[in-house]
Amino acid sequence: MEHILTARNIVKDFTGHRALDDVSIAVPTGKVYGLLGPNGAGKTTLIRIINHITAPDSGEVIFDGHRLTADDIVNIGYLPEERGLYKKMKVGDQAVFFARLKGLSKRDAETALKQWFERLDISQWWDKKVEELSKGMAQKVQFIVTVLHEPRLLIFDEPFSGFDPINAGILKREILKLRDQGATVIFSTHNMGSVEELCDEITLINRSRNILSGPVRELRERFSDNRYSLAFIGNPDELRSATAQCCRDFELGGIDTDGNATATIALADNNALKPFIAAANNAVTINSFRRLMPSMDEIFVSAVEASNLADENTEIKQ
Amino acid sequence: MKSALNIIIAREYLERVKRKSFIISTLLVPLLMVVLMFAPAAIMLLDTPESRSVAVIDDSGKIAQRLKSSDEITFVNYSQPLDSARADENIEAIITIGPKAIDKPNSSITVYYRGAPSLSTDSYISGQLKNAIEDLRLEAYNIANIKQILEEVNVDLSYPTIRIDKEEETSTSSMLSYIIALMMDMMLYMFILIYGSMVMNSIIEEKNNRVLEIVVSSVKPSSLMLGKIIGIGLVAITQILIWAVILGACSAWLMPLAASIPTAETDAEVLSAIGQLSDFGYVASLFIYMILFFIGGYLFYSAIYAAIGSAVDNVQDASQLSTIATMPVIIGIIASMSVIQNPGSTMAFWISIFPFTSPMAMMSRLPFGVPFWEIALSLVLLYASFLFLIWLCAKIYRVGIFMYGKKPSFVEILRWARYK
Repeated sequence: MEHILTARNIVKDFTGHRALDDVSIAVPTGKVYGLLGPNGAGKTTLIRIINHITAPDSGEVIFDGHRLTADDIVNIGYLPEERGLYKKMKVGDQAVFFARLKGLSKRDAETALKQWFERLDISQWWDKKVEELSKGMAQKVQFIVTVLHEPRLLIFDEPFSGFDPINAGILKREILKLRDQGATVIFSTHNMGSVEELCDEITLINRSRNILSGPVRELRERFSDNRYSLAFIGNPDELRSATAQCCRDFELGGIDTDGNATATIALADNNALKPFIAAANNAVTINSFRRLMPSMDEIFVSAVEASNLADENTEIKQ
Repeated sequence: MKSALNIIIAREYLERVKRKSFIISTLLVPLLMVVLMFAPAAIMLLDTPESRSVAVIDDSGKIAQRLKSSDEITFVNYSQPLDSARADENIEAIITIGPKAIDKPNSSITVYYRGAPSLSTDSYISGQLKNAIEDLRLEAYNIANIKQILEEVNVDLSYPTIRIDKEEETSTSSMLSYIIALMMDMMLYMFILIYGSMVMNSIIEEKNNRVLEIVVSSVKPSSLMLGKIIGIGLVAITQILIWAVILGACSAWLMPLAASIPTAETDAEVLSAIGQLSDFGYVASLFIYMILFFIGGYLFYSAIYAAIGSAVDNVQDASQLSTIATMPVIIGIIASMSVIQNPGSTMAFWISIFPFTSPMAMMSRLPFGVPFWEIALSLVLLYASFLFLIWLCAKIYRVGIFMYGKKPSFVEILRWARYK
């Protein structure tokens, strides 16, 4: 199965506003899929629909080749953004309770939990009450509860909020390990750094619509806009005139007293790469030449701004 | 999923029973009840009432000697004027009786009290005056043996009542029925109030702890609701059983004390009550029906509480909405008290069919005997509307998740219910 989960043309209205407007996503099996978007874009609503917590007004969710039903939720592990545990209940009892709700037997749940507790170094909390734990500690417990029943699809809504960098790192490693073991991960976040590290594919939702989808590498290439950075020794003007035919844009960075200069250029098209290098090589001495890849942060901002601008333009036309 | 339901019931039950507050209240309540039951008796035994003097200034010359003193009130014939009696601090009250008191008592008798009189003192004095004047008036007719005649005329009614619609003749006691109905109604009311609102708070607590999204992504809301209601119901049964054991032990120990208090004389009413209780078949069927209505009443009302808990997200909002649950219970109890006066009336029929009032009304009617089809219809309606409410709550619960921090209006709640 290429895609474990497909959502087609999802529409969801709340009183007075449309939370999701014709959103479609396809989550490839065995990958980490990022669900990005500004606050209030509709990510959490989409996740709730995928989790069968709420129903879409129209559109359908296909899980593993069939329409999503209530029975599929045992195959899904969900860590919500609004997370909490029963305060008065002991950590171990609570983890066993949730594991059993997901269909594990009491014995299996206890064995698996003991392993996980050791793995994340929290065995000593088993008999503590949740109200005695710090926020980060409670979140570790919740992470374990989410993944314990080895679901085929894992959904994390802002999993790293509230974690220090060390624990966030541990969690990232565990998420990638789960993916390597065959689980598919949907991952909603604002933290673009973790998207670059973790995600294979993303969807960007803005104002209830899917405005950008695709593999992270492809998107970064697309948004790089054929920009390159060049460090050289020689006459910048000579370089500019020699490569004028290949470049859309030429911006001189700076030049120091030894004649070391930098420039940022945008190629006219993909085929212009070889002619540009040949021409530049003739004109100056090239020290380094590398492609400029935009960060996910930049892609996020530029895509959201472009889509907002387009919205405003259509509003003006209307 | 049946297993999910069992897991939720088990958690709800065990977590509550293990709590300190449960253990403390389970032990303290029976102690309080014992104190409340036996304190008046103990006080009565220990407290010897003080006698109070009432001065009687009698210008008619006939009434004063007929007033009988009691343990608490001593009538003193007083010949000095009113002012000197007023000055005497030992005198609690003064009665002045005019010369024409026998003909016109209202205009010639005045009673002066030092401070506000207690109700019992006032009624004792007026009763004595009334008796004295009535006796004097009767004597004015000059009929021989008038007292004896009156005593012979007086009828003291107390007879057994027998049901004739049963195959076997059974004696019934409306007094006993009344007491059973009242006790069951009060217990049901307490049960609904204490444990129903526990269901509501448990749902609100889950919202406040933000656990609900994890729970809802694992089980169906209807299983969650049902699990909570049953789990808390079992907590209630546990608690009541413990109370019954403790109270039973306490009263066995304190019975000698209670028995020493003078009680109502044994009469035909009590005898027929005892007769009724010894009829095993009757008691068993009554007991089973009452339990069924009791459980039904708890389930129905706790489902209403669950719906309220689903709709709001803090206790303050909930307390306003929970009148929706408590009002019909109170109305049901008041209505069922009037049903006792006339258990066969049309109104009695309707309020014992309508699920909001049927548990309470049936408690009142059952001891008097209700046709089987009425019981069956009422039970079916009660349990069916409970299932409907659970379904409704699950709907409200799902949509209520999205409404953090906003207090819903009643219209909105209805709209949620229709939400798909």
